[in-house]
Amino acid sequence: MSTCPGCALLCDDIEVVVESGRIKETRNACRRGAARIKGCINRLAPTIDQKPSDIESAIKKAAGILKDSKSPMLFGFSNSTCEAQVKGIQLAKKLGAMIDDTSSFCQGLLIEKILQKKFRTCTLEDVRNKADVLVYWGSDAQDSQPRHLSRFSYFPRGESRQRGYEEDRIAIAIDVRESNTAKICKGHFYRIQPKGDREFILALIDALSGKVPAYEPKKILELAAILKKAEFGVIFVGIGLTYSIKEDFDILVSLADKLPNFQIMPMVGHYNMRGFNENLFKETGFVNRVRFHDTAVHDDKYSIIEALREKSIDALLVAGSDPLSSLTRSLIRHLASIPVICIDPCVTMTSKIAAVTIPCAVSGVESGGTAVRMDGKKIGLSKIIESDYLTDEELLVRLMGAL
Amino acid sequence: MVTVLEIYQLLPKTNCKICGESTCMAFSVSLLGRKRKISECTPILEVNFKKQKEKLEALLLPSAGAEETGMIVHPELCTGCGNCVVACPVDVANDPKGAAIGCAPTNDKVIFRVVDGKVVASNIKECRRFGKNRVLCYACIDPCPTGAIEFV
Repeated sequence: MSTCPGCALLCDDIEVVVESGRIKETRNACRRGAARIKGCINRLAPTIDQKPSDIESAIKKAAGILKDSKSPMLFGFSNSTCEAQVKGIQLAKKLGAMIDDTSSFCQGLLIEKILQKKFRTCTLEDVRNKADVLVYWGSDAQDSQPRHLSRFSYFPRGESRQRGYEEDRIAIAIDVRESNTAKICKGHFYRIQPKGDREFILALIDALSGKVPAYEPKKILELAAILKKAEFGVIFVGIGLTYSIKEDFDILVSLADKLPNFQIMPMVGHYNMRGFNENLFKETGFVNRVRFHDTAVHDDKYSIIEALREKSIDALLVAGSDPLSSLTRSLIRHLASIPVICIDPCVTMTSKIAAVTIPCAVSGVESGGTAVRMDGKKIGLSKIIESDYLTDEELLVRLMGAL
Repeated sequence: MVTVLEIYQLLPKTNCKICGESTCMAFSVSLLGRKRKISECTPILEVNFKKQKEKLEALLLPSAGAEETGMIVHPELCTGCGNCVVACPVDVANDPKGAAIGCAPTNDKVIFRVVDGKVVASNIKECRRFGKNRVLCYACIDPCPTGAIEFV
């Protein structure tokens, strides 16, 4: 059995058929996981200024760029193992650099609150064994974490939920569109307007307090009645909800207070984004957007978005991420004008503009390690096939040595 | 999904009984249930019915690759989520410690399994739609949001 590094569910029941050192077949992994395990189509090669090179020279050049930089930033690590993330944080400390990951424009805000223990949370095993009401809010788990419903939440039978989805569980979807998850939650789909989450939460709090809500009273009262009856409910908070209420996040805390039987779980995309948040939190007390001086300083301006907007960085090291494909065009302009060092197993949009590219092993397939699942449980990743590529952890250690 | 009437409309509708069935409507039902083949209707093989025969073949083509229970899995639509693996009542009964609780199947008695990110059906004779006491079960179709499983 191997662990799938496809998404933050980290399914550890995957069987892989290996034939003469190559992966021939994957079993039990979803399409997303199978694609990740089978590896990339275009493997990255070491380059310096778009010209072919070797690993040693690329590391030397990368060290040179970071040394000359006055304000470097380290970004990514969401697709790296915990061990590599720790090395990344050490490197940032050594350089006095900014460090950030994709969670600064993803679920970072929610994970920070969970790590600060502002929300009750549980493990996915608890969800399988106990949960009877599941709320997918601003999250399309069916597409983003394909095995979420079948492996942990809605369909399986659990210790206290022997009849599974047929009788013992209710799945509710709250979203701006009828996603594939909403299609499964037949009869319990609540469509809201974009940015309408705040209004919906306020109405729901009213309904839970015994008042008649001002917004769609019939539907909200019906939903509140289901939520009140829940013995063990879980709200799966997707990026849709986090984005929508990021200015006033405490409103979700107020809702959670009104629902004592409910747990909150972040729906994380990248397989080890939560791992990075936890590692940085352990080190500095913050989950992302940190600059190391004498101490760690946390500020919004140290997020990749603000740093690129204010043009406050002059070199960027990207490990296991592809900011070029997820950031807006206006921000990318500055990204293209500074030297970028890209550590990745595959050719990405970012690697195409990078000054230095350093290929690494596919973590969880060509190298082992540990990663943190979306619920905070540590899961071991196993090495499935042998490879000559260095792991991202080894590369970061060598980079530190070269500095 | 193809209906009996759609097939009937394309047959000669002469009730000639050459095929052995009492009416063309009865032959349509057998054709839909894949108990008979188009070639058993000799009048349709004549030149006058050439166009109708081609249409009928095109109509029945999607069900050609179906399993004995009429199940077709469309691999291009499947995301490998495994909802059908866990929802199928036969899988639950045959593998209570594996597929039933959402984990990987632990034995070969299950109907559905996910290979290379797509669902594959095996042990089709175990399906509740098969055999003497068959029932019209929808347990694998209902949880599939992409419509990758179909019965014809």
